[in-house]
This record gives sequence, C-alpha cells and structure tokens, in this order.
Amino acid sequence: MLRYLMKKLLLTAGVILGVATCSFFLLRALPGDPAQALAGPQATLSDIENVRKAFRLDEPISRQFATYIGNLLRGDLGYSFRTRRPVMTEILARWPNTLRLSLFSMLVAILIGVPSGIFAAGRHGTSLDALSMTGAFLGVSIPSVWLGMLLILLFSVKLKWLPFYGMDSLANYVLPGLTLGLGVAANIARLTRVSMLEVLGSDYVKTARGKGASETRTVYIHALRNAAIPIVTIIGLQLGALLGGQVVTETLFSWPGLGRMIVDSLSSRDYMMVQGGILVLAVTFALINLLTDLLYALLDPRVRIG
Amino acid sequence: MNRLHLILKRPSALAGAILLLCILLLAVGGALLSPYSPYAQNLDNKLLPPSTAHFFGTDDFGRDLFTRIAVGARYSLSAGFVSVFVGLLGGLLLGVPSGYFRHADKAIMFFCDVILAFPGILLAMAISMIMGSGIYTPMIAVGISSVPVFARLIRAGFLAIRELPFVEAMKAAGASPIRIALVHILPNCLGTILVQATLRMGVAIITSSTLSFLGLGAQPPEPEWGAMLNAARAYFWQAPHLAVFPGLAITVTVIGINLLGDALRDQLDPLMRG
Repeated sequence: MLRYLMKKLLLTAGVILGVATCSFFLLRALPGDPAQALAGPQATLSDIENVRKAFRLDEPISRQFATYIGNLLRGDLGYSFRTRRPVMTEILARWPNTLRLSLFSMLVAILIGVPSGIFAAGRHGTSLDALSMTGAFLGVSIPSVWLGMLLILLFSVKLKWLPFYGMDSLANYVLPGLTLGLGVAANIARLTRVSMLEVLGSDYVKTARGKGASETRTVYIHALRNAAIPIVTIIGLQLGALLGGQVVTETLFSWPGLGRMIVDSLSSRDYMMVQGGILVLAVTFALINLLTDLLYALLDPRVRIG
Repeated sequence: MNRLHLILKRPSALAGAILLLCILLLAVGGALLSPYSPYAQNLDNKLLPPSTAHFFGTDDFGRDLFTRIAVGARYSLSAGFVSVFVGLLGGLLLGVPSGYFRHADKAIMFFCDVILAFPGILLAMAISMIMGSGIYTPMIAVGISSVPVFARLIRAGFLAIRELPFVEAMKAAGASPIRIALVHILPNCLGTILVQATLRMGVAIITSSTLSFLGLGAQPPEPEWGAMLNAARAYFWQAPHLAVFPGLAITVTVIGINLLGDALRDQLDPLMRG
C-alpha cells in the first residue's frame, strides 16, 4: 500500500513537473512581447527595455527556465508582470472562489445525477426511464456556454429571479453552478443507471429479494453499495473536469476565479500568472485523481493495491 | 455494408443520421436557399425578432441570422472532421509504436499523462494563440489536444491484439512488423476507434466553438456559431434570439453525432455499452 502510494506520488510529481515545463515553453512560443504589453502603448523603446530587464525577460530562455523551475521547487511561483504582486498571493485570492463554485456544482450534479440514475434503473424499460435518459442525453450534448446563456436569458433577463454576476449570496451560485453541474449530472446519471442495472440483475440482489427484504432496502442498502464504486470513480474524474470547465463558466458569469484569471492573463501575456494558475489547477486535478484511486480501494475490498 | 444497415435500423441512429444530413445540406446549399447574403449589412433592419421574412431574425448589423447559421454549418462540420483527423493521426503516430512495438512506451504514456493533466480547454487555447486567429486554428488546436485520448485508445487496442495467435502466425509467415501492425492489427481495432472518433467529433465541435466564443479562432464577420454566441452577449435584453439560435444549431449537430455515436458503440463495441 505504502509502496503503491509512493510510486503514485512520484509519478504525479513527474507529471506536474511536465505540465510546468510544457506551459513554460508554450507561453514562450506565443506571439507578442510581454514587455511591450506591460509598458503600455505609449512606451518608448527604452521604457520597454527597462521593463524587460526588470522582469529578467532579456535573459536567454534556458536561463529563464532554470530560474523558474528552481524557484518552483522552493515553492516560489514568481511575480505577476501586471500587478507586480507575488503570483501566489494573486492565486490565493481567487482560488477559494473557484473551489467553492466547483464544489457547489458537484453537489448539484450529485443531487440530480445519482437519484435520477437510480430512478431510471428502477423503472428500466419504461417510458420514465426513457424520459430521464433523454434528459441525460441532452445534458451531455449541450455546450455549457450555451446552457449558461439560456439560463441567464430565462432566469435573469426574463424572470428576473437570479443574478448572473457577483458572488455575494447563495443566489449568485445557482446559475453558474447549474451551468457547470448539469452536464456532469447527465454523465453521473448515465453511469449510475448502468451500474445499478448491472447490480440489480446479480444473484445476491435476487437473494435479498428472496429473503423478503423490502424494495427500498434492496435498492438502497444492498444494490447501491456495490453500484457506488464506479459512481465514486466518475465523480472524482468529473470533479477534475469541472475545474477545467471553470475557464468558460467564469468568463461567462464574470466570476473572479482562477479560470478567468488565467484567460485574462493569457491575453495580456502575463506569463507567470498563467503558469502559476495552470500549475495549481493541475496539482488539484492530480490530487483528486489520487484520492479517487485510494477511495476506490477503500470502497471495494476486492481491489487490493500494492 | 451489412453492419451499417443494422446500425441505421435503430430509430435513434436513423434520427441522428437525418439530423446530420440536414446540417450537411445547410452547409452545402444553405446560402443558395436564402435570398440574403451572410455578410451584407443593412443597419435599417438590425436586431429584428424572428418573422416570416427572417426566420431567425436579424443580428446587430441587420444580417439575416438564418443565412448566417446555414453558412456557419460548414465551419462546425469541418471542426468535427479536421480535429478528429488531427487527433487520430497523432494518436496513431504515438499509439502504434507504444502499443505494438513497445518503443518508448513509458515515455509516450508519460507525455500523454502530462497533456491530459492540462486543465480543460487551456491547452487548446494556448495552441490557438500560438497559431494566431483563423478559421482552422481552433480545429487544429482541439485536434492536437485530443491526441493523447486517441493514443491511449490505439495503444490499448494494439496491446490486446498483439498477443493473439494470429499475430504469431503472421510473424512466422514472415510478414514485416509494419505490415502486421497496419494491415492485420489496425483493422481489428477499427470498431473501437470509429466509435471514439464519432463521439470525439461532438466534443470537438463544442470545444472549437467555445474557443471562438472566447475570441480565439474565427473572427467577425465570419458566421462561426461560437463567435456568433459571443457577439450575442451584448444583446441579452434587446435581442435574445441572437443567443438562442447559434447555440441551438451547435446542440442539434452534436445531438445528431452523439445519437449516431451511441448506436455505433452499441453495435461495434458491446463491451463499452453504457
């Protein structure tokens, strides 16, 4: 177990270092001069040179890379070109907003997805099953950008029930949460249905029924426990996808989170901010995957890792 | 052919095929069907709601929205094909050596892990920015970022099939490794690849229109659906129809593809049935 964990952690660290390397060189390949972008449209050539020197952008790429990785290993993400504040400070200011929205969306997705999957499996082959699976099919086919716009049109513009910008109250979470959560709910519902169907057809469930266990007990106590294993896995994977989906949702809802920060910094060529943001998202993603793996082993005694 | 027939017998697959055929017809002949130009501006007619003269209304420059969406169909369909082609090509180049020849298997899989660890569409965004704006930019960027998905799939297929006795027989018969890989093993993985390629096409259409929505890729006045959605954000109150129809077009296209993809999966890949 410990060996497995060590091996996994080492691989994760390698992948994260790979992400840092890739994002460093990808950003350096972008057209546009960050020093010029920083110095502003009215800057003279010597202003631009000064900015370049101040941020050490005049050094050779290999040296910049070595500095970046060296600092990274000490936990230093560098300074934002634009705000001149440490990248870590900027990220920590936005990270909770992204995390809160992700967790809220996941809650929405689980609360919709798991019950409707169980519901559809229990009525397998009926029109109610077909109806909920059509809903889930639509959920995976609809682009989240458009879903978000429709929600804004309906609930903010037409009905005026919910706000579509700001983040002061719980009401602010509803629209972005649904935008992110409904697609995930559809995925969860489809998988829950399939794994429930599989388990409901197995011998031990028939035995439980034969012993006279009530239908509720059979479904929720006996069947769900085994069906939960793949469901937990997909929830873990989808939580990672949710973090990535923040990029678009935060832009649409002007949410002051990490995704929007990366998009804004990308267009202003604020390399350090983009690198830092991508890295934090990638680390979170990797940790979620690791936790999912471990949880999987905990839930299913048949899985012995090591 | 027989298999294709079987697939189209399913009502959902038939519905998907018909939807896609309609979109294809729009892409090819849409501009001919309409008396309006997708580009010519007419500021007297701006932001008109849907009517018999303009089925989908007009946009902020007085252009007929239906004509623009019809012409835009070709971008989205191309996005599906181009990006899946790029992804498949890259996937073969990485997956075959890794799965069959086991050359650099660990390194290739590590590379895939790194690419997959990039959050969401950020990798595609960065690639788009490097390539500069243009109609094909998001398609290629989305294709490149889907390479690891195809590489893993192809690797898994080759790993399973290379151990089968018929491959041993081919080796004994003196067939060259390249021939065994491409002529004998690849066709056996084709079902799985085809299913995944179809389903990825829907993802690719959504992602590349999202890139255009974010201002990368297709630029105004190109009638690309994602770019049209972006332009609609300024008119939520005055002209909500601007936000409804381009998104509906994307969704209908993706529904058609997914209906077909699900049916293909049930037919060709019974193990993956979901």
